[in-house]
Formats: sequence, structure tokens, C-alpha cells
Amino acid sequence: MNRCFLFVPGNNPAMLQNADIFHADAVIFDLEDAVSVSEKDAARQLLKHFFETLTKQPYDIYVRINALTSSLGAEDLSSILSDCIKGIVLPKAHTEDIKALTKLLETFEAAKRMKNKTRIIPIIETAKSVLEIEAMAQLPRISGMLLGAEDLTSDMEIERTKVGIEIEYPRAKMAYACKAFGLDAIDTPFTDVDDEAGLKADTIHAQKLGMNAKTAIHPNQVETINQIFSPTEAQIRWARRIVIADTEAQLKHLGVFSLDGKMIDKPVVDRAKKLLEKAKHYHMLGEISDE
Amino acid sequence: MSKLSDYLPPDFKPFVSSDAYKQKQRRLISEKEQSQSVVFLHSVSEVFDALNLHDGMTFSFHHHLRNGDKVIGLIGEEVHRRGLKDMTFAASSLFPNHASLVDLIKEGNVSGIIANYANGPVAKAISMGLLKKPFIMDTHGGRARAIESGDLMIDVAFIASPAVDKAGNGTGRFGPSACGTLGYAIPDLHYAKKVVLISDYQMDHIEEAELNHRYVDYVVMVDKIGDSEGIVSGTTKVTRDPVGRKIARDTVMVLDKLGLIKEGFSMQTGAGGISLAVVEYVKDLMIRQNIRARFASGGITGQYVLMHEQGLVETLYDVQCFDLRAAKSYRENRRHVAISASEYGNPFEPSPIVDQLDFVVLGATEIDLNFNVNVTTDSLGEIIGGSGGHADTAHGAKVTVVVTNLLKARLPIIKEHVTTLTTPGSDIDILVTERGIAVNPIRIDLMNQLKQKGIQIVKIEDLMQLSYQIAGVPKTLSHEKTIIGYVRYRDGSIIDVLYKKM
Repeated sequence: MNRCFLFVPGNNPAMLQNADIFHADAVIFDLEDAVSVSEKDAARQLLKHFFETLTKQPYDIYVRINALTSSLGAEDLSSILSDCIKGIVLPKAHTEDIKALTKLLETFEAAKRMKNKTRIIPIIETAKSVLEIEAMAQLPRISGMLLGAEDLTSDMEIERTKVGIEIEYPRAKMAYACKAFGLDAIDTPFTDVDDEAGLKADTIHAQKLGMNAKTAIHPNQVETINQIFSPTEAQIRWARRIVIADTEAQLKHLGVFSLDGKMIDKPVVDRAKKLLEKAKHYHMLGEISDE
Repeated sequence: MSKLSDYLPPDFKPFVSSDAYKQKQRRLISEKEQSQSVVFLHSVSEVFDALNLHDGMTFSFHHHLRNGDKVIGLIGEEVHRRGLKDMTFAASSLFPNHASLVDLIKEGNVSGIIANYANGPVAKAISMGLLKKPFIMDTHGGRARAIESGDLMIDVAFIASPAVDKAGNGTGRFGPSACGTLGYAIPDLHYAKKVVLISDYQMDHIEEAELNHRYVDYVVMVDKIGDSEGIVSGTTKVTRDPVGRKIARDTVMVLDKLGLIKEGFSMQTGAGGISLAVVEYVKDLMIRQNIRARFASGGITGQYVLMHEQGLVETLYDVQCFDLRAAKSYRENRRHVAISASEYGNPFEPSPIVDQLDFVVLGATEIDLNFNVNVTTDSLGEIIGGSGGHADTAHGAKVTVVVTNLLKARLPIIKEHVTTLTTPGSDIDILVTERGIAVNPIRIDLMNQLKQKGIQIVKIEDLMQLSYQIAGVPKTLSHEKTIIGYVRYRDGSIIDVLYKKM
């Protein structure tokens, strides 16, 4: 049910401190691309201390570690893994990498006597990983999948465009796999942080393909992403009316009923109920009055 | 515990309340005698000779050329060259480019300064206690009041006028140093004993001149009065800082929930990055909901000009143009209206513009648990600004919102007590920070309205504690008790004293 995953560089104290104020549902603290090799140790230390001082946060905590193909990934885990982390975001992930990460997590969790099982979000950013989407989606610990379009298009040797026609297939494939296995389908970031209209169009497009979340690489992107992945006020009002009408219809033992001249059956009622669940999860119900 | 009145000379009255002026009568000295004919001169030196200027006089200046102004420097140079002593410079504001005044202060040429805002080397020198007489800091509206009442007697007003005509009229609309409106110079024009326009551009005739030749004694043509690029205010770019943008978004959300952004509303904001972002979000909301504002006022920015030109804001009441786009608009748009400092914020005007504002959004260097605001000094007591229109608009507007980061440079902005009191907390209604919105308990009406709309309100005390948890408790400043100046509230009372920086 997370709408926006905000990337925050793991080596920036001010940004760590303010990570909670932008209403991102999840924050991915980055130890990979945002941190240069010479700063990896300092970033790990900073993040470790930051997690130790954290009290309850209004967002899910994820950490993007370095790829397991180098020793950096394991060092990241050894340093930062704790119960406050909901999951690990794994770059350049393939099925075998996820299995290896699962083993590492089991080892560290036991050593650190952790109570929670750390979840995994693989980043789909190679052609091979696109083909493995279905297999990966069924592995234990997977809570979502994240599309990494920049690296993916580079791997495919195709041009990355703002329109995004080149990532239509992996987007759709990922969205279906995630829906099928109850995972977050997290769309690739929109990299032009000054193009608000572009971000909006790109997010709407991803949503229409079935994605339920998107990554933000700048806090200014969070609000737009949240808005697009949230029910609108009109939708909430509609859903409320459907659910009320359904309750009344049930009392009259009606399986199908009509509202505003339209036939309402079970799939429509189910959609309305899901929408209200979402609205409740995002604390939107109190803000909208019935008219 | 000592009271403010214990520190004041007998002729200064301590601040009572922001409404106290309502019990007082407006005091007006006679307007200056109208001149029979304007004399054109070719150098500042000739004016000094013609007016027989001597030690101990008070000269006034406006700040419409802001950090591009050359006039204060020109007059200071002549004062220094002639060895005049004990002069008082009453400038509506002082900027870093007025650094040459520091030597005049040190050498005793200038012993008194009166300003509404001071930033840069002169402010630093005053904070160090170099000025012989106490530094007086007014508000924009308060300065107009001080001049018309005779509290500030001006011997000669040296008014930078970007263009003059053959009759001696002046305007800010034309010329290479065009800066737009000249609102802060109008009280000086009307009440100074002598008025000198200083210009670098002459025209045949000026229609609707802001500076009427009937008040003008001399016009001096010089090479350059300033650099119009320098009139651009400190921050004219909408902030991209995500924290600032969040504060701006939340501010507009609060204003919207209070029903303040409605057809025919009026607004003012500062020129800081967050304020500009507020304007951007207000504009978006207006377009979405098809709302038009009656007016926007204050220092007008290019953003407001665009809104005016798009038909979103009917009238711009402009006391000073904050950027060149605003200056251009003033020249071209009929509903971009110049107002004087008095019409803007003088409490004794029958209906100053500030009193007609539905809301104002202001900044703060510090704010305390009683919602008192400091925009005059930093936390070490060094002068870094001043009220300008802060106290005027805060009092006049129906709702005053202060926007600030909870921490700046790791320093908590909410204090138990502000270092220097600029605007009384009784005039501040809402504080918006990135970590919460606080409402002044005296505005129970606003608090209830916001709670009913589902807006979470936090206590200002809790916000302060939150900032302490993040940054630690700042050490209290124990400053030297040498008084170097006074903060004069808009009604003429003294609201706080300024101490020498340790």
C-alpha cells in the first residue's frame, strides 16, 4: 500500500534528519549510487547511528545496499541491519542474488538476534531480470519490485526517453506479476526533478499500467506521486455511496442494484470497498465530507 | 526584574500594545513650504554650498535602489570631504553597499543613524557600538509616522530620482536606474525642510510624477545614482529547497482551510524563497478554483506582476518594486499603483493598505513561546535586518502567518524569549514549520476552524522541544548591557533595546 518510495542519500545528515517530513510512505536510504566509494564507510556509520537514534517513524525504512557481487553489499548489511529496517533494496537483482541475500539476512538476523524478518525489494534493471520477474516475485521475503529503467535501457542498448515507450513491456510485466503475488509494483524514478508536468504524466501512465507506487529521487516529487496513487475526493464520495447502497440492497436481499441509473454488481462493490480501504490507510477519510 | 522603561530616556515611551495607537491623536507638522522654482545644479558640492549645510544636521534617504544605491555614498563623501561632524543619516534602509558610511561613523562625521532595516558592514559597525548616538530602528509605516509627527525632523531629504523633468518633477519609472515606485521617499518629500532630487536622467516632461516639483528645492544631475540591477531583493527565486516548499504548501493549505483564498481576497508576502513558493501555490489554487484577488500589496515581485497580467490579481499596491519586472510593470500597467509609506502602513492613516489585508505571510529570524518575532538581530544580538513592514502588516492583516524552518544552520528558531523583539506576538496568529503548525492561543477562533477541518495543530512549546531534541538546547546569550539603539514600534513607542554585541 505504499505510494511513494523516497530515495535519500545515506551520507547526507540533513536529508536523513528531514526524511520524515515529506509524507513519503517509504524511504530508501541509499548506500549504492548516491554514495561514492570513498564515502561508503562513513555513510554506513552515519546510517547506523541514525537508525539507533530513531524513534517511531511515519514511513517504512528500506536501505539500498551495494550489489552482492562485491564485498560492499555484505559489509552494508553487517553494519546497518536492524529491526527498524523493513527491507533491503537490492540492485541488479536476479533470482540467484535474492537467494544469496536471503541466506545472508538469515545469518545476520540470527547474529543480531533480530525479531523481524527483513523483506527484499529487487531492482529490475537488466534484460535477464525482466525475464525472471515471475520467478523472483514468488520468492519468500519479496515485498515489492522496483523498476530501474536507466540501467535497464542501458543494458538493452536503447534510448531512454521521457515518454517511456521503451519500458512499456517491463512496466506491464512487473505490474501483473506484483498484482498476482500481492507485492508493491514500484515504478522507476522520473529523473528530471524540475519537470513537474513530466513527472505527473509519467506517474499517471505508470499507474494506468498497474503500478501502485513510484520512487522519488527528490522530496519535491513526493506530493505529486502521492496524489496520483491516492483515491481522489470524487472517487471516495462515489465509493461511499456504493457501499451504503450495497448495505441497503443486502437488507433487501438484492444481489444487483442500480445507482444513478447504472447497474451495480459485486465487482463494482468490491472495487469501492478496496478504494475506501486505501483511503483509510492514507488517512483521507476524515478530510472529505459527503456532499 | 528590570522593565523596558528602566532603560529608556525620559522622552521615549515604552511599548504598551499594538493597539495603543488607537487611543492617540495623529500629530502632523506643517508640510514643507512649497518652492517657487526648482534650481538645477551640477554637483553635490554646489548643493551643500547653496543650502549652507553644517554640522549636526539630519539628512534623509530612501532605499528604492537597495543594494545598487550610490546616493548615500555620494552625500557621505561630500560630508567627509567638508569635515562636517555629528550628522544624522535617516535612511529608510541600509544595505551592504553603504559600507563607506563605516569610516564616517568612526571619524565622527555621522553620529546618528535612523533606519527601518540595516544589513551589512554598517549594521555590523553599529552592533559593535561604534555609533555615537543610539541607533533608532523604525517600521516602514512607523517611519512615515515619525516624519509627519516631527519625531524625525529632516533638514535635507536627498531623494534619488531615476528620472527628472525640466520642471523638477521626479519619477522612478524611467532612466537607466529605473527602480519603480518611490513610496518610502514620499513622507521625506512632504515634510523635510529642504528637498534635493539627485538624478542621472533628465526628460522633457514626466506625466504623473511621484515626486512633485512643488516640494522640490534643488535637482542635482550626477553621473550615476545607482545600478538598477541592485534593486533586486535578496531572494527573488522561488525556493527549490524541499523543506521550504513543504512549509509553503502547508501554509497555503492552512490559508485555504481558513477560507482566506476566496473571490476578492487580498494578500501580501515577503520576497524570501518560501514566500515566493507560497505565492506560486496560491496562484495554482486560484487557477484551479477560478478565484480572483482584489489586490496584492507591499514589495511587489515579478510573480505578482504575472498574476496581475493573467487577470488573477486586480490591483497591485506597490510601495517598492522588488525586482526589475515589477519596475517595468509599474511603468506599463495602470492597475499597478504606487502608494506612499504612509498609505502603506502608517497606523494613523484612516485606512492604510496593511489594514485591508486578508492575510500576510512573513518570515522570522526567531520566534518565541509568546509568538513574539525577531527579524532585527541574530541570536548573538548582531543587527542583520529590521522590521521593514513586518510589524505594520502583522498588525494590519486579518491573519498573520509566520513561516520558518524549525532549525536553521542547526539552530532552533523557536526560543523561550526572542533576542530582540520586532513584532509583538499578539499580532502573530499562526506559525508554520516543516514539522508542525502552531496557532497562537489568543486566536482560538482560528484554532477551532483548523481543527474542524482536520488540520493537526501542535503547541509551539512542543515544536521548540522537538527542535531541542534534534539540535540540543542552545546556550543562552549573556550579552553586555551597553545599549546601542532602540527598536521603535510603529506608534512611536519603544518595543525593545539593542545591545552592543559582545
